[in-house]
Amino acid sequence: MEPSYAFDYTVIAWFLIGGAGFVTVALGLSRLLQPRKPNPVKAEIYECGLEPIGPVWVQFKIGYYVYALLFVLFDVEAVFLYPWAVTLKMLPLYVVGEMVIFLAVLGLGLAYAWKEGALHWR
Amino acid sequence: MSLFLAILLRFVGLVALLLVNGVVLIYMLRKVLARLHLRIGPNRTGPWGLLQTTADVAKLLTKEDLRATPTDRLLFNTAPYLVFVPAFMAYIPIALSPVLVAAHLDTGPLFVFAVLSMVPLGVVMAGWASNSKWSLIGGMRAAGLQIAYEVPLLLSALGPVMIAGSLDPLRIVAAQSGTWLGFIPRWFVLPQIVAFFIYAIASQAETQQTPFDMSEAESELICGFSNEYGGMRFGFLYLAEFSNMFIASAVGTLLFFGGWQLPWVATPLWLAPIVFIVKVYIGIYFMMWARGSLPRFRMDQLLGFAWKVLIPVSLVWVVLSGVVIRLVSR
Repeated sequence: MEPSYAFDYTVIAWFLIGGAGFVTVALGLSRLLQPRKPNPVKAEIYECGLEPIGPVWVQFKIGYYVYALLFVLFDVEAVFLYPWAVTLKMLPLYVVGEMVIFLAVLGLGLAYAWKEGALHWR
Repeated sequence: MSLFLAILLRFVGLVALLLVNGVVLIYMLRKVLARLHLRIGPNRTGPWGLLQTTADVAKLLTKEDLRATPTDRLLFNTAPYLVFVPAFMAYIPIALSPVLVAAHLDTGPLFVFAVLSMVPLGVVMAGWASNSKWSLIGGMRAAGLQIAYEVPLLLSALGPVMIAGSLDPLRIVAAQSGTWLGFIPRWFVLPQIVAFFIYAIASQAETQQTPFDMSEAESELICGFSNEYGGMRFGFLYLAEFSNMFIASAVGTLLFFGGWQLPWVATPLWLAPIVFIVKVYIGIYFMMWARGSLPRFRMDQLLGFAWKVLIPVSLVWVVLSGVVIRLVSR
């Protein structure tokens, strides 16, 4: 079996299915082995040993949202950086300069978010 | 038929590697932490407590799988898959030796980072679906932390990629063979020392270990996002965490420490996987050491450190090393 591009990516597909299958089989096995003694007290949420007070599914801290937005920006940027890094040694110098400018713009964006207090945890 | 067999063989091999890693790492973590705390650690089950993890697995398998009634059933059941399957797939491009690799992906480390970026989704899902306050806080913290440290992690891997001029693990390792000045191994950790430290810190955070274990924080959140999980479901969440430690150290070894190569001498093919595993476990030992020595950060310090220190530093480092590597290569 000569490894090839198509083969390598077939492996990924099968591992995705196989990994999920492995979890399912292990959980099924555990289901066969385990005792089942349902009890209303067991089916309660654990909070502090007392009965839970108030609902959990409420509006949650908005701070996380700001960080998530910033993250999307930088994660997309990383996707641009990788092809640049791989071909770096073959690129003409001005392309290296272009990426420096691109990163400088991003850095400015981060500095602006910082100044506006988006990085301040409230 | 031979195609099916080739894939099956790789699949079984990787499952075995993952399970053995899990068993060994859990035992190792307990022993290492115990020694750091001046305790003995597990020593009752089998010689030196070696069978402790086996006993744990048997317990998890035969434990009643509780799911509290107020939980969101679909999300609760899906979350362990979303945490475990990416952790398993991250093994695919890890090359133990020039020939011992599940699939020779030319995207190597990038593929690993890509699949592992699915994990926060599963963690938030587990936290949210559990309908418990501890779980929700743990899940949100974990997501905030993992996305904050993913950026420096991605940026720190750029340095070695730039020097090697490839994302292919085989070529990255091949670029690290030989020596500088005749006696310094040509490992990328030396020219990329800043990137290595960023990688080490960020991977400690990505694998959710102290001082970055905000998602669990057992003294505040009991067990964080996995609070409502029990039995094998919890087992998979836990196993994924340990397998991620191995992945983080393995990618670090490939990028910074010359992969399966011994320093100074040529490595025979049969020895390569052993060298690689030993290097990975040394890396893991250092991660555990940090875990046993450092106190936990606060959430604001943690995000502040990622966004205000690590990301600016790694951006500057990428620019610097990019320009230098480009000028030197001419």
